[in-house]
Amino acid sequence: MVGLQVYNRTTGDHFTCQDGQSVLKAMEQQGVKCVPVGCRGGGCGFCKIRVVEGEFECGKMSRRHAPPEAIEKGEVLACRIYPLTDLTIECIPLPERTLAKQTTKLLR
Amino acid sequence: MKKGVMRPGHVQIRVLDLEEAVKHYTDLMGLIETDRDDQGRVYLKAWTEVDKFSVVLREADEPGCDFMGFKVVDEAALVQLEKDLVDFGVDVERIPEGDLKDCGRRIRFSVPSGHAFELYTDKLYTGKWGVTEVNPEAWPRGLEGMKAVRFDHCLFYGPELAATYDIFVNVLGFYLSEQVLEGDGTRIAQFLSLSTKAHDIAFIHHEEMGKFHHASFYLETWEDVLRAADLISMTDTSIDIGPTRHGLTHGQTIYFFDPSGNRNEVFCGGDYNYPDHKPVTWQAEQLGKAIFYHDRVLNERFMTVLT
Repeated sequence: MVGLQVYNRTTGDHFTCQDGQSVLKAMEQQGVKCVPVGCRGGGCGFCKIRVVEGEFECGKMSRRHAPPEAIEKGEVLACRIYPLTDLTIECIPLPERTLAKQTTKLLR
Repeated sequence: MKKGVMRPGHVQIRVLDLEEAVKHYTDLMGLIETDRDDQGRVYLKAWTEVDKFSVVLREADEPGCDFMGFKVVDEAALVQLEKDLVDFGVDVERIPEGDLKDCGRRIRFSVPSGHAFELYTDKLYTGKWGVTEVNPEAWPRGLEGMKAVRFDHCLFYGPELAATYDIFVNVLGFYLSEQVLEGDGTRIAQFLSLSTKAHDIAFIHHEEMGKFHHASFYLETWEDVLRAADLISMTDTSIDIGPTRHGLTHGQTIYFFDPSGNRNEVFCGGDYNYPDHKPVTWQAEQLGKAIFYHDRVLNERFMTVLT
């Protein structure tokens, strides 16, 4: 099986997603590090990306990190999307990540 | 336990898919389902616990922790604690008996870190699961997965640690067992206890209010922690870090996530305290070693991935 191609246009990385595999899982299995890995359960919002091209199915995601209006714009959690076609994705900076940096800065 | 708050009693966790979560907490972690209610919540306990439940799962569209509850020795202490909270300026809410099945009335309040807590004194005593009260065997047969021994503590992330400390220590009677201090003396982590345990609850400073870092369950041995790690791989469960040892509390541990992204810990060992012990202090510049004693470096996911 060939699988579907995922292209991250922010970082230039490519990887292949097999049937039933989430984008994040495929990325992790191939040792690619172009999307941050958090809980892998749709809960923490760490792996939020924007899908700019292609079709996909969504699993359950925290409404806080992927509200309906964001999903509409293709802003989804990589751990909970399953490609139906080849995908082009991009990274999005998160307010949560900015907050997190403040904490880690204080803690360092 | 100076003010009559005895021990952690329960935690209500929000999950995205109830049945997936029940499978995780029972088949993998070894908790036992004891009931369900008409709000759709599922009640679970670990086998050595004497009351009916310690974990409540609620399906919601955002994971996280609704509240953590502490058991109080008796009704007189509960009445006094409610008065003390009100006198301290804390808003309290009375939750009637039966709102949680087979649990008496609860006093709910929020602390400045943004987390909700409860005090209660009555919950149905069902005894340890699978063993008799008289001449009990060492352990019951039929436990699943990690065979968690008990719900032990939670770690919460939020701001206002000093104001939160005041409520826990000065009103509720917890003591400080361990802390992380910045060079200027600012406390950025506080581990609080009611017992000889290294912690019954912990807080780490974070800008955003009310975040849930993990719920932790006790195992007996390091071998059990390694076996938990095997089970995490066998079930392709999302791992965070471990097996390793913490500097803080010196517990031996592994962290992983439930199917909705709430972090769980199972651990063994850890330090003990008596009232003549001074708090243990870690310096913030040694935080890597304080958190992961072997790696001695912070893992960004551990510090920032929260529900």
